[in-house]
Amino acid sequence: MGLKTFSGGIHPHDNKVYSKDKKIEILPIPQKIVIPLSQHIGSPSKPIVQVGDEVLAGQKIADAGGFVSIPMHSSISGKVTKLAKFNHPTGITVQGIEITGDGEDKWVELSDDTNYMDLPANEMKDRISKAGICGMGGAGFPTHVKLSPPEGKTIDTIILNGVECEPYLTADYRIMLEQTEDIISGLKILMKVVDAKNGVVGIEANKPDAIKIFKNLLKTEKNIKVVGLHLKYPQGAEKQLIYASTKRKVPSKGGLPMDVKVVVQNVGTAIAVYEAVRYNKPLVERVITVSGKIVKDPKNIKARIGTYYSDLLEFCGGTTEEIGKVISGGPMMGFAIPSLDTPMTKGSSGLLLFNKKEAHKKQEDVCLHCGRCVDICPMNLVPSLIAHHVRNNDWDSAEKFGVMDCIKCGSCAYVCPSHIKLIQWIDIGKIKVSESRQK
Amino acid sequence: MNDVFAVSAAPHIKQKISISSVMWQVVLALTPALLVGIFFFGIQSLLLTLYAVVAAVSTEALIQRFRKVPITVSDGSAVVTGILVAFNLNTSSPWWLPVVGAVFAIAIGKQIFGGLGFNIFNPALLGRAFLVASWPTLTTAGWKPTNPMSSIFQSSINGLSNLPSNVPAVITSATPLGVVKALRDTTQISRDMANTVMDNLASMNTLNELFLGNIGGVLGEVSAAALLIGAAFLAWKHIIEWRIPVSYIGTVFILIYVFGGINGIFSASILLPVFHILSGGLILGAFFMATDMVTSPVTKKGRLIFGMGCGILTVVIRLIGGYPEGVSYSILLMNITVPLIDRYTTPKAFGEVKR
Repeated sequence: MGLKTFSGGIHPHDNKVYSKDKKIEILPIPQKIVIPLSQHIGSPSKPIVQVGDEVLAGQKIADAGGFVSIPMHSSISGKVTKLAKFNHPTGITVQGIEITGDGEDKWVELSDDTNYMDLPANEMKDRISKAGICGMGGAGFPTHVKLSPPEGKTIDTIILNGVECEPYLTADYRIMLEQTEDIISGLKILMKVVDAKNGVVGIEANKPDAIKIFKNLLKTEKNIKVVGLHLKYPQGAEKQLIYASTKRKVPSKGGLPMDVKVVVQNVGTAIAVYEAVRYNKPLVERVITVSGKIVKDPKNIKARIGTYYSDLLEFCGGTTEEIGKVISGGPMMGFAIPSLDTPMTKGSSGLLLFNKKEAHKKQEDVCLHCGRCVDICPMNLVPSLIAHHVRNNDWDSAEKFGVMDCIKCGSCAYVCPSHIKLIQWIDIGKIKVSESRQK
Repeated sequence: MNDVFAVSAAPHIKQKISISSVMWQVVLALTPALLVGIFFFGIQSLLLTLYAVVAAVSTEALIQRFRKVPITVSDGSAVVTGILVAFNLNTSSPWWLPVVGAVFAIAIGKQIFGGLGFNIFNPALLGRAFLVASWPTLTTAGWKPTNPMSSIFQSSINGLSNLPSNVPAVITSATPLGVVKALRDTTQISRDMANTVMDNLASMNTLNELFLGNIGGVLGEVSAAALLIGAAFLAWKHIIEWRIPVSYIGTVFILIYVFGGINGIFSASILLPVFHILSGGLILGAFFMATDMVTSPVTKKGRLIFGMGCGILTVVIRLIGGYPEGVSYSILLMNITVPLIDRYTTPKAFGEVKR
């Protein structure tokens, strides 16, 4: 098949077997949801409702807090019952809007423009922006911002990220099988919005049926190609995916995909884009994988944004063993969260439950200088050296050795025989370096 | 729902690997060579190895106790050091030689720097260097050829008339590399004759015996085949990586081919470099000592430079230095350069533009 890839990377067990053959199930409308006002990169959204207000599903309840921000919509119909700080899937607490449902799921009026492809690019982008769409792969960058290259920059390729290289997660895989046409429509819209001639769908080799179904449907499309990619983590990282499928390297030190004329969007985002442009439907639901060895019945669930993780787990029959760790997202880059009393957001791709043994933490040993982290770093850094400088509070050296170029994929910590918490050290370094830059 | 679950930074899954799993796999990889040593030299090989291991482990435990730090001897790193010290001795050594070597290796080579991860020199090699400097006769003389070995060397001089009477004696009692050295330096026989002996030495027949280990030598260096089996295992487990051994051995091969002949450059047969690679401690050094994680560079380019440096120094010592063998000193000398190499070989980040 001529698989493509990048240099470096690791081969963790993908553990997708728990949920990969489970068809997407729709979660019954939850009784209570919380819409956090920060589900994206950028300034928080500004609430426009008050406690006691009646809201419909799909109704806007918060305005975008700026250009790099998105509006928020209620995902169920009911009443606003609280404006307060709630748990957030990244492990912190964030201002959010609690809505108690009326059990009726009344929606705002949606339209259906069957000729949506004839809409002008500007109108398309406007609908995307109004629908409150941000990247659904995890990072959550507002989609309309990615689609607005500054003066002088052009985009010639849209890459859809269907790699899903995080172990356990199968949500993207399921939508690629079950909503293939919607994804392709979304891709065509994205290409039109930025006037990109080429489209690429990148899929990892462990999903041969997804590759096949896309290839079949795109047989007649000359300017959209399906790229099969080697099974290797982090194949789905933006820069690595761009390199594997176009041989273009995004410049380090803060370069963006648009510097090499590329925009990358997750396959789930493409569906949201399609629904926003065709139906004027805001982003109020997504597919999430609930998995783990101890989950009674692992599932891929289509759920409303703001649904509590506890409701999702209950839908899967709970766990067979005592829970040791709860992870929001994938096991490599996801966040361990202290409580299931946490709402899912637009970027929630997975909910993983580990038992006590899987959650076991190992003590850090001394660095052996074995260089395993150097061998696998997909960004070609020397992680052990960066961590060493951070440990010594030497931010300048940490910066010089590329702490800001780290994509935090976690491969280095995965292979370290000394269990050194490289990502944690690097994260501290990133924070300290950006603080000193702002001064 | 008041549960508070464990939180920690990502990643939340981890490859099953630890310092002790690495070290014990190295021990396993050294076992074939030890077995071959026992096969050729008898139970004395095993005893010498045990003395060194026990000495290394107890020294480490004692010093860690004295330093009031956790005792980590179960991680296997002192066991590896002990084995490697013993592997550098010949089997006629007295019992206290491996003990002194191992104590020195752990105390001065490792713990004095702060223990595992902080030492500059390969501890086992430092231990060996100490023994060689202190008891040169015990460590290099008394080298015991096995019988087939003598016959190989004997056959290399068969048919040569006019040999001064002391030459056969030199040849049959020295190490293979010692013979080569003697042949290069000798004024007692003609260049041509020396050349013929050298060619006879580096014949397929000898190389076969060297490869299998049917020769004399120190305990652990005797069989290249057994060492390579262990090295292949470590490479398969991603515990050693190709760059250092390949650049080390490759450099030796090229330099010996070019400069190793007796009659000036390019006068060596293509088998001579192979002879050099299979004899002495090169295989052991290149796969098990130069690759020591703590004392070799972390960067990929750095590892290539490190291997090449070891190769150049080994050849320089073997061809023009005072010793027939140069592996341990070349690795020790290159150990010193590791921080410098790492500093100047930091790789360009992915996507970094040339400045």
